[in-house]
Amino acid sequence: MKFLCLVHEEPDNGLGPQTEQEAQELVNEHLDYDETLRQSGHWLYAQALQPVETATTVRVRNGKTSITDGPFAETKEVLGGFVMIEAMDMEEAIQIAAGIPSARMGFIHVRRVCEFKSS
Amino acid sequence: MSEDARKNVREKVDEIYRLESRRVLATLIRLLGDFDLAEEALHEAFTTALEQWAHEGLPKNPRTWLVSVGRFKAIDNIRRRARFDSSLAQIANELGPTTENPFAEDDEDIEDERLRLIFTCCHPALSPDAQIALTLRTVCGFTTEEIAHAFLTPPPTIAQRIVRAKSKIRDAHIPYEVPSHTELPDRLDSVLHVIYLVFNEGYSASFGDSLTRHDLSAEAIRLGRLLVELLPEPEAVGLLALMLLQESRRAARTSPTGELILLNEQDRTLWDRAQITEGLRLIQQALASRRFGPYTIQAAIAAVHARAARADETDWNQIVAFYDILIQAEPSPVIELNRAVAVAMRDGPEAGLTIIEEIFARGDLLEYHFAHSAHADLSRRLGKIEEARASYEKALQLSQQRSEREFLERRLREL
Repeated sequence: MKFLCLVHEEPDNGLGPQTEQEAQELVNEHLDYDETLRQSGHWLYAQALQPVETATTVRVRNGKTSITDGPFAETKEVLGGFVMIEAMDMEEAIQIAAGIPSARMGFIHVRRVCEFKSS
Repeated sequence: MSEDARKNVREKVDEIYRLESRRVLATLIRLLGDFDLAEEALHEAFTTALEQWAHEGLPKNPRTWLVSVGRFKAIDNIRRRARFDSSLAQIANELGPTTENPFAEDDEDIEDERLRLIFTCCHPALSPDAQIALTLRTVCGFTTEEIAHAFLTPPPTIAQRIVRAKSKIRDAHIPYEVPSHTELPDRLDSVLHVIYLVFNEGYSASFGDSLTRHDLSAEAIRLGRLLVELLPEPEAVGLLALMLLQESRRAARTSPTGELILLNEQDRTLWDRAQITEGLRLIQQALASRRFGPYTIQAAIAAVHARAARADETDWNQIVAFYDILIQAEPSPVIELNRAVAVAMRDGPEAGLTIIEEIFARGDLLEYHFAHSAHADLSRRLGKIEEARASYEKALQLSQQRSEREFLERRLREL
C-alpha cells in the first residue's frame, strides 16, 4: 500500500544546515536515500518544494477564481517536500520515514494514501 | 568638450530617463528574465549613455540603443561572474552571444512591454502590499524611500516587501506576460485594484495628519492613463473616469484649516472643470461598451454629482438607480450604506435611517466609522438628538484621521 511522507522543516530550531556546503550535503544525502529506496522497491516519487514564501492559494467560489499570496507558516514548521512510498504497513512506512535525512532536523508526517475506486 | 555641451547631454539623458526608462526596463526584464539583473542593466546603460553620447552624440533611437547596451552589459557581467560560478555560464549562453553588434537591433517599433510589467507586478499571487510596492518601484520608478514616505512605512519594510515579491516571481515562476483572454478579466481586476488603492491612499490618507497626498493620486491617474493607452478595456476607462471625477473635487473638499467639507457643502466653483470634462467623456465611452463593471458604475454616480451645478440640483433618483445596479454587480454592506444615504436624499432621512439600521441589525459595519457618522447625521436631521450624539461619539471612537475627527467633533458641538 502507498504512504505519503510529508517532510517538514523547523527552520528556527537550529538543527538545519547552517552553511551552503551543509545544505548541499543534505541534498546529496536525500538523493542517496531516494536511490536506496528505489533499489529496495519502496520508492514511488519524491520532490522538494520551493520555499513557503512562493506559496499561492487558489479557491473557486461561485465560479470565480480567487488567488491569494501565502499561506505563510504561522507556526515554526513548514512543508519542505514529500516522498511517496510503497510499504507493507504503517510499521514499515515509519521505519522508512525515520531514514529520511530531514527527520533529524524537522519531522515527517506519515499518511496512508486513500485509494478510491470509481463506481 | 565644453562644459555647456556636457551639461546639455546630461539634461538630454535626464529627460530620456524620465520618458523612456520604464519602457527600457520592461523590455530588459523580458530579455534577461530577471528583475534585479534588468535594473542593474538599466543603470549601466544610462551610465554608458552619459559618457558615450557626450562624444558621439545621441543615437537615432535612444530607447533601442539603451535596450541593446543594457542587455549587452548584463550578459557581459554574468559572463564575468561565471568565471567564479559555473552555474551562471549556462545562463549567459542561453541569453545569447555578446559579440553581436549592440546597435544592430534598430527596430523602431519595439513592443511596449510595460503592460507585461504591470500585470506581473499586480499578480494576485503577490500580497496586495507587495503588488503596490513593486508597481510603484518598477512601473512608476519611485525610490524605496519615496514609497515608504507615501505609505508612512519604514523604508526597510518596503525594501523587504519588494525583495520578497521579486523572489516569489522568480522562484514560483510567475510569468512575465499579459494574461490570456480567459484570465484577463480576473487579472485586470487585480491591476485596477492596485491602481485604485494607490489613488485612495493619496486621496484620503487612512490615518495621520495629511488628508491628501497628492503625489500618489496623481501617480495613480498617470498609471490609469497608461493602462487605458495600452489596454482600452471598459473597466480601465471607467476607473480612470472615477479617479478624475473624484480628483476634480480635491480643492473643494478641505477648508483652509484642513477640515473635511462634505459634498453637499462644497464650493462647486472650485471643482476642476478640465478633469470633469475628461471624466464625463470617458464615462460615456465606458458605458457605451455595455461591458462595464463596478468602477464604471461608481464613476457614473460621481458623474451625476459632477453635472449638478448646485447640491440641490443633484438627480438623486438617478444616483439611487446606479447604486441598485452596483449592489447587483458587487454586493457589499459599504455600498448598501452609500445607497442608504442616497435614498435619504431622495425620500427623506427616515427612509435612509431604516436601511442603515437594517445593516447594523445584521451585524455589518458596526466597526465602520462612516456608517455611524451617516447614522448620526440622519438622526440629527430627524431631531433625534440623543441617537445622533451616541452615533457621533461611536464614529469618533473609530476614526483615526485628524480632519475627520475635527469634523465629527464640530458636529457634536453643534448638536
